[in-house]
Amino acid sequence: MAMLEPVHPLTPKSWYLPSKPHKFCPGCGHGIVLKALGENIDELGIQDKTIFGCDIGCSLLAWNFFACDSTQTHHGRTTPVMVGIKRSRPELITVGYMGDGGGYSIGSQHLLNAAVRNEKVTLILVNNTNYGMTGGQMAPTTLPGQKTETSPYGRDPEQTGYPTKGPEFIAQLTPDSAYVARATVSKYNQLKRFIRNALRNQIEGNGFSFVEVLSTCPTNWRTNAQQTWRFLEDEMEPYFPVGELKSPFGKGDK
Amino acid sequence: MSLIKIALAGEGGQGVQSVAEIIAEAAYEAGKQTIYIPNFGLEQRGGVSIAFIQVSDRRIGAPKFNKADVVIALSERAVGRTAEYSDKNTLFVYDCGFAVPPEDFPKEAKKIIAIPAIDTANNELHPRVFNIIIMGAVIGLTNVVTFEAAKAALEHKLGYKFEKDPKLRELNFKAMEIGKKLGEESLSKEGVC
Amino acid sequence: MEKVFSEAKKAFMTGNETAAWAALAAGAEVMFGYPITPQNEIMHYWTRMAPKYDRGFLQTEDEISAGFTVCGSVQSGKKAFTATAGPGNVLMQEPFGMAEGMRLPLLAIIQQRGGPSSGTVVYSQQEVTLTTFGGNGEGHRIVYSTATHQEIYDYIIKGFNTAWTYRFPTFILGDGYQAKMREPLELYSPEDKGIKMVEPYPLIGLPGHIGEDREPKHLCNIYSLEEELYEVVMKISAEYEAISPELTEYQERECDDAEIIIVSHGVVSRAADDAVTALRAQGLKVGCFRPITLRPFPAQELKNCIQKSGAKKLLIAESAYGQLFRLVRQEIYGETVPMETLFMPGVGIIDYDIMSKIKSML
Repeated sequence: MAMLEPVHPLTPKSWYLPSKPHKFCPGCGHGIVLKALGENIDELGIQDKTIFGCDIGCSLLAWNFFACDSTQTHHGRTTPVMVGIKRSRPELITVGYMGDGGGYSIGSQHLLNAAVRNEKVTLILVNNTNYGMTGGQMAPTTLPGQKTETSPYGRDPEQTGYPTKGPEFIAQLTPDSAYVARATVSKYNQLKRFIRNALRNQIEGNGFSFVEVLSTCPTNWRTNAQQTWRFLEDEMEPYFPVGELKSPFGKGDK
Repeated sequence: MSLIKIALAGEGGQGVQSVAEIIAEAAYEAGKQTIYIPNFGLEQRGGVSIAFIQVSDRRIGAPKFNKADVVIALSERAVGRTAEYSDKNTLFVYDCGFAVPPEDFPKEAKKIIAIPAIDTANNELHPRVFNIIIMGAVIGLTNVVTFEAAKAALEHKLGYKFEKDPKLRELNFKAMEIGKKLGEESLSKEGVC
Repeated sequence: MEKVFSEAKKAFMTGNETAAWAALAAGAEVMFGYPITPQNEIMHYWTRMAPKYDRGFLQTEDEISAGFTVCGSVQSGKKAFTATAGPGNVLMQEPFGMAEGMRLPLLAIIQQRGGPSSGTVVYSQQEVTLTTFGGNGEGHRIVYSTATHQEIYDYIIKGFNTAWTYRFPTFILGDGYQAKMREPLELYSPEDKGIKMVEPYPLIGLPGHIGEDREPKHLCNIYSLEEELYEVVMKISAEYEAISPELTEYQERECDDAEIIIVSHGVVSRAADDAVTALRAQGLKVGCFRPITLRPFPAQELKNCIQKSGAKKLLIAESAYGQLFRLVRQEIYGETVPMETLFMPGVGIIDYDIMSKIKSML
């Protein structure tokens, strides 16, 4: 009997295979986001000139995910590092990858000011409503009533405010040449299209490009597969509307 | 020339720092070692502004000093504020256009001199050249730079304004000359008020 | 890159203006900065000159961002720098730490102001500890403490070369007095003095097709295992120690027979120098020693000075409450010469202060 060849799943060319299998937890949404990003890097032919910058948090686990040059930074500081690179070498495509804590909390003034200056970088922010890497603390995006390690009785908006709606405020801060969208890992084709638009917008030199991606964290949510998907689709997506808030490429995909 | 240390103090807006800068530039252009440092604390906004100038033939050490050879205080508050820079070797000069409480004067000075710079500016020339009179007085008191070098530095600094309005050049040079005379005269008598 | 000065030129200017010209002459390509007194005029002069020489500038949202944009810029192969002071220096310790960990050739000009906290905007030498050993690391930094405008100019040019040769973050430690005072100096293009500027090079964004010509470059700054980090820090430490002897710089004067040696750095060393001249004229055997590099510290050179003179005492004089003193004490551990101190935190020191202190020590 002939030996069967082992089955290799189709992977983007821009993935760095020595770092696979990747280090994310089972059921984590990061892999889906990174697949969409990898396929876009392949299709746009930008692997050799992409600089992938990782924030601290679970996004850091992607530091050697791609066969692209990459750099690690500090918590919240990926935005200025990407700005420094892009301003120095405009021919490079800079992709900052961060979580909701890194982008909306500790790095919020960098995010806000980079948006105001319409910096020609692409930032992808993964929103899973908690600080995953540090063990599931409350994040700026934690939903009202949601239990985390630092809101064990559920987030009380009276005490801690309402969840940050990042794309909404960034859309207010940026000129028309910016690209701002919110995607979800539950709608892969749309996610991939939004990330492609965010990359295209930088390639064409238009302006700031930002995609928030709603994602899953079964480890810290303490959910099984069905509950995980339900939380994403039934709790998060109604609170954080998915769609393009600002796009130089036409009317936008709501 | 051995080291000359000058402290020039006045209210913000009196032009103390510009005068100090012009004197320092003139000394530098004349080949002297020169240091000029403004006090630039929060106080400069609406407070007493002091300029520290040192001119020498040799390398100069620290940028500030405890005691000056000449202190020139151009406002009532500036007298009290600069008294500490005066000792038995200091010429302490102030404008006689204002009343200074006796306790504000320095405890020690070689000589305390009052000059009518504000009055001269207002009545004989123009209020805007008050600081240039003072610049002249500094030269008359110290010979820190020659009159010609000071004129050249003034021309360098304000030449663009003089081009537009040649009368202004005349006015400034005259102010400097009057100031120089005030300075020189004050050395020979107890003030010229 | 276009030569900034076709020939050497005398000038009379502030230290901040000097710093901007030096960065320009050194071929710095971009500055990232955030306003804080007393370094503001470095940005003011840079922003006026930069477009004429095709150089870049960005005023960032804070000092953290200024430091990290410099980190990104040097990673991509540009000669970038920043300047700050006081609380801004505190905020920049985060990106300076990244530069230490990733061996980034960052250059920062620090114009010390009074502390703690917002302190004064005027002057101090209170950022010695912060600049030499700030951050959550081991102080793998190179710190030049300047005393004159000529040195600000010379050491900024040298500092860029140090940074890009050794890839340790490099600091030009000035102060508010040096920033704001005017004094004469000579401006020049480095090549006219036989100084060859080290060309910057990228660490990422490298040429070639990934997978065909080369592997991807993944720059690492965080480690999973204790042992991994240990290896990295030990390697950096060994390299730092190996290059230290060629980096240390100092000045000494009249130390051969000195009974008292004044140790000071930066602008205070000018007062020490004057004090030595005056005291020698009075027949007193006093010398002075000045570390120019505070990191790495010229420890052996100071020890030699103490030993050859047989000095009975050291006087540590500084515009801080013991920051240089602690540095000296740890660096010359084992020497038994008694030390006295003249601490004037946040206040200028003049020759008179030092002379009075010396007389009280006799």
